[in-house]
Amino acid sequence: MNHSDAGQAMEPLMFSATNLNAHNRRLQWLFRVLFGLMTLILVIPVGVILTVLVVRGGPAISMEFLFSHPSDGMTAGGIFPALIGTMWLVAVALIASVPVGVAAAVYLSEYAPDNWLTRGINLAIINLAGVPSIVHALFGLGAFVIFAGFGTSILAASLTLAVMTLPVVIVATRESLQAVPLAFREACWNMGATRWQTIRTVVLPNAISGILTGVILEVSRTAGETAPIMFTGAAFFFPFLPLSVFDQTMAMSMHLFVISTAVPGVPDELKYGTALTLITLVLFMNAISITFRSYLRGKKKW
Amino acid sequence: MLTEKVKPSASMNLDHRGRDWYTDKAIALLVFVSGISAIIFIIGIFVFITKEGFGFIAGPLNVREFFGSPAWRPTSLRDPTYGVLALIAGTASVTGLAMVVSVPFSLGAAIFIGEFATGRLRETLKVLVELLAAIPSVVWGFIGLSIMNPLIIDLFDVPVGLGVLNSGIVLGLMAAPIMTTIAEDALKAVPDGYREAAEAMGATKWQVIFKVVLPTAKNGLVAAVLLGVGRGFGETMAVLMASGHSVNIPTSPFDSVRALTATIAAELGETAIGSEHYRALFTLGILLFVVTFIINLTADLVVRGVKKK
Amino acid sequence: MVGEDVKLSVRDLSISYDGQPALSGVSLDVHEHEIFGIIGPAGSGKTSFLRTLNRMEMLQNNMTVEGSIVFDGHDISKIKNVFALRRRIGVVFPLPVGLPLSIYDNVALAPRLSGIKKKAALDEIVERCLRRAALWDEVKDRLTALGSMLSGGQQQRLTIARALSQDPELLLLDEFSIAVDPVTTMRIEDVLKELKEEVTIILVTNLVQQARRLADRTAFFLSGELIEIGDTEALFNGEVKDQRTSDYLEGRFG
Repeated sequence: MNHSDAGQAMEPLMFSATNLNAHNRRLQWLFRVLFGLMTLILVIPVGVILTVLVVRGGPAISMEFLFSHPSDGMTAGGIFPALIGTMWLVAVALIASVPVGVAAAVYLSEYAPDNWLTRGINLAIINLAGVPSIVHALFGLGAFVIFAGFGTSILAASLTLAVMTLPVVIVATRESLQAVPLAFREACWNMGATRWQTIRTVVLPNAISGILTGVILEVSRTAGETAPIMFTGAAFFFPFLPLSVFDQTMAMSMHLFVISTAVPGVPDELKYGTALTLITLVLFMNAISITFRSYLRGKKKW
Repeated sequence: MLTEKVKPSASMNLDHRGRDWYTDKAIALLVFVSGISAIIFIIGIFVFITKEGFGFIAGPLNVREFFGSPAWRPTSLRDPTYGVLALIAGTASVTGLAMVVSVPFSLGAAIFIGEFATGRLRETLKVLVELLAAIPSVVWGFIGLSIMNPLIIDLFDVPVGLGVLNSGIVLGLMAAPIMTTIAEDALKAVPDGYREAAEAMGATKWQVIFKVVLPTAKNGLVAAVLLGVGRGFGETMAVLMASGHSVNIPTSPFDSVRALTATIAAELGETAIGSEHYRALFTLGILLFVVTFIINLTADLVVRGVKKK
Repeated sequence: MVGEDVKLSVRDLSISYDGQPALSGVSLDVHEHEIFGIIGPAGSGKTSFLRTLNRMEMLQNNMTVEGSIVFDGHDISKIKNVFALRRRIGVVFPLPVGLPLSIYDNVALAPRLSGIKKKAALDEIVERCLRRAALWDEVKDRLTALGSMLSGGQQQRLTIARALSQDPELLLLDEFSIAVDPVTTMRIEDVLKELKEEVTIILVTNLVQQARRLADRTAFFLSGELIEIGDTEALFNGEVKDQRTSDYLEGRFG
């Protein structure tokens, strides 16, 4: 009896409070929906684009398309040389940038004191990532093609790509190095391990998966770039497979650009098929990187 | 003595620097050199594009014509003109439209992902934003050319769908993920204590967001927009393919324009190394480099301002 | 019997962090093969003192050290190879740190760093050190498991095993029993009593009775100052020079 009395006495009070609450809740709901819609509008294009590419490019994809050379002035045939060329470019770029990028991240994470030089390095990394890709192309042309005398070649193009994507490796590696607790390093130092021994035995092995995630991300970035390779090593049409890093090569991104802007009479199917192959390659690498990262998050070693 | 001493005496001697000691120093030097490589490359970029562009700056460059004339006619035999006004107008109109389109949506999405979405939804959205960022610019250009172009022609009944509108939307979608990610980071950097304190005083969630979180994260959000501008400004392939590429000061969103970046991409292949035109294109590169450098530096300073507090 | 040879000689040692003094004007000698206890309330500078003994202070930018520390006849601020110094000094800090390596590799790390490669020799060291740290029986069947996934008490004993694997001449223990249960603490204490035959031990503890059980001599630190040093038994029997020491020993503060 007492209980329900109290409940009744409370009711009017609670009701008026609910009134205000309802107003707030409605507002909050409104904002939630508004911002939710904005997010949706941003992410919907991914779905739409992929769908259109798959629907219109899907039928073009076949073993023959992937493994044959372009023919009839690039209006027929496949994309094999471009596919192989992209792999060359990515591989050489990785060989050049991963060691430097990882070492730079080791410096920033393990050695760098908090001074003007370190701030300068960080600013340089931000700028390296922020400089327009066409400026990287100009740099590649001036530095690697002309000055170093590599000519338009895989080497020149890959080095240009390597400089451009260096920040990806540095940032990912630095992040995963810094995730290793300081206490582990101190424990090693206390045992008389040198800095390098500590890095080698405790820090790097525990950051390796994070580094790998960054490297995969770099692969995806490198494979999709066009501007930096346009004047440094990617050929308009080069119907041979490259034999060394001093050869020119076709590349997927460049090929898509060429057949969709510069060659008349290319059937739509071929263009969509090329775009679909390129984006599948890039998104697939990205998806691996993302899956790997979330797998790592779930699997802590300390 | 319970066991024999196992250590070799070399590693015991406090004044003996063994192989480990020298290896350590060598590695320290090696990583230091790699560490400053970023600086070396940035300086290298500036030096090399300046080296190639210098012949133009020191010689034929007429500053007044360069910045004041809308006529970019480098290949004219009788009277080559190097006016970048129309190119700047092209870049500015496309980037401007891209920002109008994407800034509100990016910040809205950042707020939704950072403050409203939880658990699976949040993770999914973050992955989608990341995938959006991963789409190569040449594919965006292709989308502008093959999907957006006919769409704009149909919707607005215009003869050509390539222009400010097309490339602005494409660029907006390209810049959005960067802005969303950095803005969300800025929101995440606001300590939970602030939110809890405001909620404890009876503020509702949206009051907390507008009165506490956004003002606190202000600098980070500004930096996010700046980096988005930098991204749009420097984008090459998508703008080249979706903007129509005619030198023009636009008066309507359907006008075809040409951007600074696209000009270099389109023309460099046709110039002879060392020619005046070639050097003029490198001069455009210097302009792009300097402007993006200033944008990035400003964004960095703005963020640093936050951290000092 | 406690040797009278001086293993470690500290003179006028002062430590400060960003200009804030943490320790001032400490002078003391630690003799070979003794357990030297250091007691004092939190914030008295005990841990800072330990950190300077193996030059860990050089990794901390805001830490300044003045005065001299002579280890085994070498002024440690002038030695050329600081890593060799650290190899000769084992450290056990209060918060256990099992490295994210296998249990075996945790203990084999220091011997490997000093150049031991033979599997048999490493096996022998690992087993001996784990036994001495009273951990062997619990982990002998899973030596390949991650050291960082052990329980807190096990990790602390792993840390002790690791310190022993260096075969140190000087062992620094900083409140090692915080993360360990009482039974294990007693087992480790027995090990320490045995170890002192071959190793010099500095034991920092905030358990006054632990110092009494183990230490040959004990120093009392308070607010960054060395109040007094004395024979442990004498101190606990009331032969103190400073009133604050007996106040602390009898639990009136701290």
